[in-house]
Amino acid sequence: MTEAHSQRPGVEIEFRSVTKTYPGQDTPAIDNLSLTVPAGDICCLVGPSGGGKTTAMKLVNRLIDFNEGEILIGGSGVRDVDITALRRDIGYVIQQVGLFPHMTIEANIGVVPRLLGWSADRIKARAVELLDLVRLDQNFAKRYPSQLSGGQQQRVGLARALAVDPPVMLMDEPFGALDPITRNEIQDEFLKLQNEIAKTVIFVTHDIDEAIKMGDRIAVLRQGGVLAQYGTADELLGSPADEYVADFVGADRGLKRLSLRLMRDLVKVSGENHAAPADAPTVKGSATLRTGLSVLFASGSRVLKVTHDDDSATVIGTVTLDQLQDAVYETAPKAPTDVVVAGEA
Amino acid sequence: MSFPTQVIPNFSGPNCAGQFFCWDWVGANWFSVLQPALIQHIWISALAVLFGLVISIAAALYAVRNSWFEKGFSALATFLYTVPALAFFLLMVPITGLNVGTVLIGLTGYTLLLLFANTVTGLRAAPPETIAAADGMGLTRNQVLFKVQLPLALPSIMAGIRIAVVTVISLETVAAQVVQAGLGTPLFNAQRNVFTTGLITTGLLAIALALVADALVVQLQKLVTPWVQARR
Repeated sequence: MTEAHSQRPGVEIEFRSVTKTYPGQDTPAIDNLSLTVPAGDICCLVGPSGGGKTTAMKLVNRLIDFNEGEILIGGSGVRDVDITALRRDIGYVIQQVGLFPHMTIEANIGVVPRLLGWSADRIKARAVELLDLVRLDQNFAKRYPSQLSGGQQQRVGLARALAVDPPVMLMDEPFGALDPITRNEIQDEFLKLQNEIAKTVIFVTHDIDEAIKMGDRIAVLRQGGVLAQYGTADELLGSPADEYVADFVGADRGLKRLSLRLMRDLVKVSGENHAAPADAPTVKGSATLRTGLSVLFASGSRVLKVTHDDDSATVIGTVTLDQLQDAVYETAPKAPTDVVVAGEA
Repeated sequence: MSFPTQVIPNFSGPNCAGQFFCWDWVGANWFSVLQPALIQHIWISALAVLFGLVISIAAALYAVRNSWFEKGFSALATFLYTVPALAFFLLMVPITGLNVGTVLIGLTGYTLLLLFANTVTGLRAAPPETIAAADGMGLTRNQVLFKVQLPLALPSIMAGIRIAVVTVISLETVAAQVVQAGLGTPLFNAQRNVFTTGLITTGLLAIALALVADALVVQLQKLVTPWVQARR
């Protein structure tokens, strides 16, 4: 199944000292941006309006052309290939979805394959496969976009972007227009999907919480398109580079950082096994530290029993309030083996 | 069921003297006068709208990217539309002669404003996010125009066709004042002779034709824009 869905995993995207200045403007929109998105990672671009996050994304498929520097996809420059060929091989998803209203869902998914000369049978088979992948019923194939809800439309948007199995995807606030419940659902599903297809994704969002959840890495931009910090969510929350980043990730970054790690990992890290009082509250190993803290505070206890995920009777260890505090207080982020980044959780 | 074939002159034949409406006349003149006039009327209207459509769509596709052309063509089409129909046909005769071609050219001229304006509006009405997505997916400018904007303009184009069809069917009766063609000819003759049966019959035929044509265009519109009807 997985092989059929994706035979072209992600490739590295590299920005090399990229600068974009719009004609007639004194200050650049993107200023000397250098960053590398490893193959198969989701890189979230965050920042204020005017920070140039959407501009930076659009430089990759040359919807906007840069003045200086170079952008490489899988080692080759985006200016070295024909612009339409470049765009057809990059999945593109936008907030307003932009499905073609006059085409059925099947035809929408088949737009780029048709341009590339795929046979009708192959396009049909691919549409069936993709509807499955984005969890839409097959009877959607013959419907029109206006017959679908916002969430369903964006699923089709995803399917359309994945039609030719591109190694790289650009997503511009893809879930920004959805209601919170639908957004959460589709975020989770996209992360699950990404585990299978391992595309390299540039994901623009203004929502730091979404970036923390979705991004393997987060690039924080500031006014004038300057990169303020680039790192994992844990790095950004644990050691923000400056006041600006600290402010941007929020005063509650301690709590946010708790969300990145799971109870079972803290048991492993601490290795200790205090005897817990029989009436100590319990929490599953797969719960986040944030949930653990909440349970602890609600119960008034100072120690938690962590249980096996499938069997709440089996205690795998205990975690104390002090341990929870230490987990956030450490300034340097832990080595990657100990850290569970939101995207993998 | 056979009728006497003595139908010349047109407005005599059966004994209809003093009658307001005389079915016998209609029966006697159907195959010799009314049906040919109706068929000719249909042909001329259809061709005029078809020519107007081809010219207007081509012009609109060019105009949507060249505002100077849009202004120029729009001015020309508006001018043609505002010239009184009778004057237009009379002015055309010295140039194109006393033939059906003159009527066709005149009527085509009248459709241009309706069809051109509606096509341009339709081409511009494509949702911006759809165009943005198409750009980002690697459609060329022409592919965006022909595969996205033009089909999305169809509802507006079809609305233009509806008005153009009815307008042309009605205006064409005026053309008979200049060139003997279509339902206008028997209508004009009846008017001259104060023959109520002829006036009513041809008038009703013209109205019925306009209604039927309009209904057909509405059906065609549903056929070519299935996404407009599709709702949850």
